Amino acid sequence: MAKIQLNGKKVTIKSKTTIYDILKRFKLNNKKVAIEHNGTIISKSNFKKKYLKNNDKIEVVHFIGGG
Amino acid sequence: MKKDIFKIANIKLKSRLIVGTGKYKNFKETAKAIEASGANMVTVAVRRVNIIDKKKPILTDYVDPKKIIFLPNTAGCFNSNEALRTLRLAREMGGWKLVKLEVLGDKKTLYPNMIETLKSTKILVKEGFKVMVYCTDDPLLAKKLEDFGASAIMPLASPIGSGLGLQNKMNISLIIKQCKVPVIVDAGIGTASDATIAMEMGCDGVLINSAIANAKKPIKMASAFKNAVISGRESFLAGRMKKSFFATPSSPTQGLI
Repeated sequence: MAKIQLNGKKVTIKSKTTIYDILKRFKLNNKKVAIEHNGTIISKSNFKKKYLKNNDKIEVVHFIGGG
Repeated sequence: MKKDIFKIANIKLKSRLIVGTGKYKNFKETAKAIEASGANMVTVAVRRVNIIDKKKPILTDYVDPKKIIFLPNTAGCFNSNEALRTLRLAREMGGWKLVKLEVLGDKKTLYPNMIETLKSTKILVKEGFKVMVYCTDDPLLAKKLEDFGASAIMPLASPIGSGLGLQNKMNISLIIKQCKVPVIVDAGIGTASDATIAMEMGCDGVLINSAIANAKKPIKMASAFKNAVISGRESFLAGRMKKSFFATPSSPTQGLI
């Protein structure tokens, strides 16, 4: 068990959770999103390789309407 | 006649009207307004995904980035670091290199912070981005942006969302005259005739959001802007008549009875 911050919200995860697992849990794995892990952008090809640990900060962003 | 082709960073655009996707009632209205405007490039913002409400509709459910070119912007960024972070994420998301940079300096006027804008442009160009830059209407700073490798210069007509129209035609004209990359008037356009005036002056394009989204009938206004931009461009290409202080009769004076 570990606690991470996902888009500013505290989320509890099991050990050996990857970025891909988190996206799947929040039904975001098929969406056009970009990920920042502790301030570093993670490319799609590394989603399944990146394991999360306690106090990690994840930002998931997407495109919204804007001028 | 030579075909009038509009290109930004080697990307061919069918329309000289670029529209924003903010401020609409819902995504359905956004999609309809884009269609009515005839634009094939739209600006989009980058924000956190709502992780709590998974069922909330998202923009890409209604506007297909395969059909319409998404131009990610940095709206809401007040320094270079925030803007760079946003655009790097946007590039990761879609693979887009063409982006719109706007670094704001003041919450009340949303005027661009040109010091941070110039700094960001330089870095982004170095990183391989094609940068369309929202800027003040200062011809010297516009020239600097072009020297730094900006793909398009986007001076404001008046403050973002103000609808005040072109407040400094002379400066915009000076920028048009000196610029080798496209000049797109961004921000402040209030109504269709403002867009026509900008195009008649020789702007390469206009970017509109609030004037369409805040109209009483946004879809109708989107269509009005489509025609306004076409009219303005044709008028510019046709070349207006000379102005004169005195009248010149339109009918021949010879043979008067």
